[in-house]
Amino acid sequence: MIGADDIPVIPRGVRMQFDRVRDRWVLLAPERTVALDEIGRAILSEIDGARSFGQITAGLAARYAAPEDQIAADSRGFLGALVERRFIEVRK
Amino acid sequence: MNVNPPIAMLAELTHRCPLSCPYCSNPVELTRREAELDTAQWADLFRQAADLGVLQLHLSGGEPVTRRDLVDLVIAAREAGLYTNLITSGIGLTEKRLRELDAAGLDHIQLSLQGTDADMADRIGGYRGGFARKMDVARWIGEIGFPLTLNAVLHRQNLHQLPRAIEMAVGMGARRIEVATVQFHGWALMNRDALMPTREQAREADAIVAEARARLKGVLVIDYVRADYHNDYPKRCMGGWGSTGINVAPDGLVLPCHAAQTIPGLVFDRVQDRPLREIWYEGSAFNAYRGTAWMPEPCASCERKTIDFGGCRCQAMALVGNASATDPTCIKSPHHAALQARADAFAAGTTEFTARAAAG
Repeated sequence: MIGADDIPVIPRGVRMQFDRVRDRWVLLAPERTVALDEIGRAILSEIDGARSFGQITAGLAARYAAPEDQIAADSRGFLGALVERRFIEVRK
Repeated sequence: MNVNPPIAMLAELTHRCPLSCPYCSNPVELTRREAELDTAQWADLFRQAADLGVLQLHLSGGEPVTRRDLVDLVIAAREAGLYTNLITSGIGLTEKRLRELDAAGLDHIQLSLQGTDADMADRIGGYRGGFARKMDVARWIGEIGFPLTLNAVLHRQNLHQLPRAIEMAVGMGARRIEVATVQFHGWALMNRDALMPTREQAREADAIVAEARARLKGVLVIDYVRADYHNDYPKRCMGGWGSTGINVAPDGLVLPCHAAQTIPGLVFDRVQDRPLREIWYEGSAFNAYRGTAWMPEPCASCERKTIDFGGCRCQAMALVGNASATDPTCIKSPHHAALQARADAFAAGTTEFTARAAAG
């Protein structure tokens, strides 16, 4: 489980790219492609390898005027699934 | 029928390879070097693929590093916007060349494993010293920082090495391992007696994979291709014919899967003759088994028909002589019971195999 102080990192070999043929954003990873919705893209766009998970979700809550608890829970679920697939790494 | 764009392309850059694995997925009739597409033809094809919707490019072979222009091909692929994966045995790669591939933008490497020690790996690959070289390559890959998938190809003679293969993947820092039980087409079909796992081995592999997946969650992703002769349902071959991926042979022939040439009557287009977009959407081979309309019973009324699309067409061809038949690895096929009995007989066969030939 990702804690507030953990720092999510997009590792080498994983990147976001606009899929111009399907008109959507995707996360490209080794031999896998994940289609991103607007929320997924917003979360991943905040990852810079320096800011903590807590800072990222606080920023998103402010920007989207949404409850921070809800944003944190959604982001934790989304990123947690990517961590399990080794698409995202977490620095403790 | 609503046809989606393809997401992946497997570019078989060459059939040349220093190894001679008895399960090689290349066709039994190998393409000669003189007939291979040149650098500019591949680069143009990569651009066409990206325009068509391909996101993932797999540079394969044969052994793709035998292509002297590999670095230029990686540059062309990245310029086209493709996620670029190199599928290699490692033989022929030097640290210098790996650093050039790194600078060219190569995204990921998939390294094949013929065995977990030199005795096994060099015997299966038919190349003395190959295992030691592969271990050097794995170390350089780690030092440079390429994301790595280890691809362990398993069969009756090396399935007992599966736990060690998983350990090696973790030790190499791989994010992923493909545990690929040999699929029986082409060379492997010829060597079925020597390679067919026993039923007990197949069950044991299921258990080892399940245990390792739980233990290594978040450390190593395990993709598993099961021994389908010993199972009840067929694999979802190619994600469904003409739905997801394109294979291109060294000479520019565009195929729905790597074994499609074993199906008589299919007509394949070449990239030299027709735009890739037309081949994908209108080519007769791609439309032959696309979707579900081609299906006979029991597939046509099966609740799983969009889960596995009736299994593998090439396997239906090879085993029952009819590419439209239900894949006989399916429990609903009238040939299923006979196949399972035959699988046990193959598994009791000799361990002698015929090595793959060299491509001229």
